[in-house]
Amino acid sequence: MDSTQAVYQALKEAGINFIVSIPCVNLSKLLEMVECDSKITHVPVTREEEGFGIAAGAYMGGMKPAILMQNSGLGNSVNVLASLYQLYKIPILMVMSHRGTEGEFMSAQIPMGNATPRVLESLELPYFKPSTPEKALKDIKKAWEISESKGVPVGILLEITFW
Amino acid sequence: MILEFSRIKLSEKMERINAIKTIANQIDDELVVCNIGFPSRELYQVKDSPNHFYMLGSMGMASSIGLGLAIAQARKVIVFDGDGSVLMNLGSLVTIYNQAPENLILVVIDNECYGSTGSQCTYASTVDLGEVAQSIGFKNNFKFSESGEINFQPVLEAEGPIFVHLKVKAGNADVPIIDMTPEEIISRFMKEIKEKEIK
Ligand SMILES: Cc1ncc(C[n+]2csc(CCOP(=O)(O)OP(=O)(O)O)c2C)c(N)n1
Ligand SMILES: [Mg+2]
Repeated sequence: MDSTQAVYQALKEAGINFIVSIPCVNLSKLLEMVECDSKITHVPVTREEEGFGIAAGAYMGGMKPAILMQNSGLGNSVNVLASLYQLYKIPILMVMSHRGTEGEFMSAQIPMGNATPRVLESLELPYFKPSTPEKALKDIKKAWEISESKGVPVGILLEITFW
Repeated sequence: MILEFSRIKLSEKMERINAIKTIANQIDDELVVCNIGFPSRELYQVKDSPNHFYMLGSMGMASSIGLGLAIAQARKVIVFDGDGSVLMNLGSLVTIYNQAPENLILVVIDNECYGSTGSQCTYASTVDLGEVAQSIGFKNNFKFSESGEINFQPVLEAEGPIFVHLKVKAGNADVPIIDMTPEEIISRFMKEIKEKEIK
């Protein structure tokens, strides 16, 4: 199974219909598929934090939101996750291309790559780290179930070797 | 002489709480997203409604929450934002312009300062936020800068996205904090949206 196809299919099966995004090279195929899907509202944003704000509004308006971003975008969004999402118990699926992991060729990605799991842990946000497309298909659906039922943002970390 | 006097008198700005009250009293069915800090407390004091979402955190996110809400459902959305908060998330204006929701009214309450934290100056005193919005491409722009009645009817009749630049005096009203929990605020708001959904 193709990795991008697995993530896309899981988002569809989970019922995600509102996506905000900032690109990562590893997400480019997925972003094209999302953009072409007439059943998903896709809003490209200027900064991940802004994307979280838009997705929260969309959730209040009845949508099921996800954000597609590089893990560096998590660093841009810590305050909105704590003082909007956690405060009001708003769900969102955070699909992250996790750079700075095994096989990384850019040294600049390493510090945020290392910090990413601990940033999520310090915010007490659950996350999954599927290593194969088959696991991603399962984990993403499970992640949205947890997110929606508990009102908590849930992360999906997709390391370099996943793609 | 008389003309001069009246000009001086007219150019005096309103207090933020009175500006909020004047607009709140002219709207009815619209959904409202209100900025963190004193603006939300003042709105809550002058008029509370299940149509209101009061922000308690996430400075800068008011216009973004409003955008997401406007895209997701059909009811009109009015955002009460602040100059300091808009400056923290200026990219939002670019996204709103590009997404172009017809049902979004962004009201920037501009007191040229971070009012809620003690009125430290923002750069809104040297950069005109209304001109910024125009240069991005916003077609329907309104400006209210003098005291007296704000007639909000033309704003409600215009097609969105609309940028409203509302110049007010610095300073906060003496109003209590909001005695609702975050969960009460959001669940009441979402219930209201769901029950009156326009298809
Ligand atoms: C990220 C962040 N930085 C700073 C603050 C502190 N803070 C709360 S309200 C506020 C001022 C907001 O200014 P503005 O948007 O102009 O609204 P005003 O209070 O002037 O109406 C600040 C700086 C905060 N809550 N969050
Ligand atoms: Mg201000």
